[in-house]
Amino acid sequence: MFRYIVRRLLQMILTFFGATFVVFALMFANQDDPVQALAGEKPVSASLREALTERYHLDEGLLSQYWYYMSNLLTGDLGESISGREIGTLLEDSWPVTVRLSLMALVIAAALALGAGVWSAIRRGSVFDNGILAFTLLLLALPIVVLAPVAQWIFGMELGWFPATASRNASFYALLLPALVLATTVVATQLRVTRTSVAENLRADYVRTARAKGLAPRRVIWVHVLRNSLIPLVTLIGVDLGVLMSGALVTEGVFNIPGVGSKLAQGIRTEDGPMVVGFVSVLVIVFLVMNLVVDLLYAALDPRIRYE
Amino acid sequence: MTDIKAQLDVLPGLDPRAPLLQVNDLHVEFRTRDGVAKAVNGASFWLNPGETLAILGESGCGKSVTAQAIMGILETPPGHITRGEIRYRGVDLLKVREAERRRVRANRVAMIFQDALSALNPVYTVGFQLAELFRVHRGASRADAKSRAIELLDQVRIPAAKSRINDYPHQFSGGMRQRVMIAMALALDPEVLIADEPTTALDVTVQAQIMGLLAELQRQRNMGLILITHDMGVVADVADRISVMYAGRIVEEAPVYDIYARPAHPYTRALLESIPRLDLKGQQLTAIRGLPPALTAIPAGCAFHPRCGYAKEPCRQDPAPPAYAVAPRRTARCHFFREVLGE
Repeated sequence: MFRYIVRRLLQMILTFFGATFVVFALMFANQDDPVQALAGEKPVSASLREALTERYHLDEGLLSQYWYYMSNLLTGDLGESISGREIGTLLEDSWPVTVRLSLMALVIAAALALGAGVWSAIRRGSVFDNGILAFTLLLLALPIVVLAPVAQWIFGMELGWFPATASRNASFYALLLPALVLATTVVATQLRVTRTSVAENLRADYVRTARAKGLAPRRVIWVHVLRNSLIPLVTLIGVDLGVLMSGALVTEGVFNIPGVGSKLAQGIRTEDGPMVVGFVSVLVIVFLVMNLVVDLLYAALDPRIRYE
Repeated sequence: MTDIKAQLDVLPGLDPRAPLLQVNDLHVEFRTRDGVAKAVNGASFWLNPGETLAILGESGCGKSVTAQAIMGILETPPGHITRGEIRYRGVDLLKVREAERRRVRANRVAMIFQDALSALNPVYTVGFQLAELFRVHRGASRADAKSRAIELLDQVRIPAAKSRINDYPHQFSGGMRQRVMIAMALALDPEVLIADEPTTALDVTVQAQIMGLLAELQRQRNMGLILITHDMGVVADVADRISVMYAGRIVEEAPVYDIYARPAHPYTRALLESIPRLDLKGQQLTAIRGLPPALTAIPAGCAFHPRCGYAKEPCRQDPAPPAYAVAPRRTARCHFFREVLGE
């Protein structure tokens, strides 16, 4: 296990440098005028140009620019946005509600995927199974940019079941509709993967053994089959975190939640380069760490990986 | 070590004086999209305590399906038991409710599978998988179940059982894994053990060790053993009686020495002739011509007639040959068994 963790950490460091370099390069390298790129279409005043040049060391070589960018990032200094606010403070204000929203979406999606997926796999070919198939296809076909405003309009305004917007300190209930919308971005694939995986494991020899041991069907499925079936699902959840991040951008925008996503969307809309770079760099780190956690979970589930 | 109370609680109506296991006229079919495959077509046999019955046959002849039907772990659908009875100590298991049937499994009738690597759950330690039996069936505490699991691993002679209890199946060698399977099957002290090709996946020296271990444990516990195999070499050493199966029927049943000395069914005879023999070194091996029939289209009359050298007109017509009494405790489903015996 120890060797697995060490190897996985080393891999993460490599990925970290690779990913941040891409973010950095997209913003600063290969640009005729990096300052103009950071400020978008707006005219750049001489003082802003000077400040940005100094902040990102644009008068030095590319490698030293990257060095300064990295050392700032790692020491937590994200600099100021073009509008003059501390990016670190902006992030601090916005992350709690986003984390709550994403966690809720993740739990909702995983719970639905597990429950419906397992049931579908047991009842292959039944009305329920086919209904779920149709439902997941519908979800896959509906992009979140359509689903979010439609859900807000129907459930938030017409029916009035949920608040149509959520504030920074929104209650669990106020975040439920946005979380449900966000969950739809990942639930369909998770459900299909669970169903396939459980169906496959139900045919495995060890299930026959478990039944020959006189275990009740409930125990066979929830103890023996499930742990084996969870392995692909957990991997998928790791990948889905990225999907949730981009989904949060739209969902938070639509439901007016002042989280990381809506701040980032705002930064993109107002062409605030420094803010986008800062936020994206942090999101990359979050994504990497979460993937590490998922991989460790993966090893906890499957001993064959642990002892490799 | 047998828990008397647990034994009596398993199933109401058990009669300790009734025969241990009796399978009568068992029919199993698989209803698939391509038609109905008749996997077992009237298998009948019995088993006494302390006795080893070998069920011998080619792949697809219905021997594993028979075993699964006895255990009650047939995949339904597509598998269906359409006729027959499986009597354990007088009680027809096919008429018993599923919850009671579950208690019979592992407690009274246990099973060992062919490939222990895939038959054990890869993500749980062998200790968990063994202890689970005591916890579920006996309500044992975690610690108690664990110490009993260690005891079991000791009994099947796994070295350093105490530490190996925390290992996962993939950390064991093939032979050791099969020992774990045996330990699991014997955990609750069953009266009947069904071993479905227990040594097929192992190499020859390990095969002998495992068969020796099985025979020893069987003797100690006076267990009835049904050994399912296609290997006539394995059978000769350990079996008391042999039932030869072909296309879902027991075509010949006899004590082991009689069958090797004088087979009464052409199929048994052909099987014996196809064993490589040292004294016939250098000669062409005899093979049975043709292939076993598809289970969706079993020939009328004797299912073996298209491949049989003795076949005459009556063999091609229904009904199939009855089980002729060849000798006391010996039957063969062949109209011309006298000819085959060479009388």
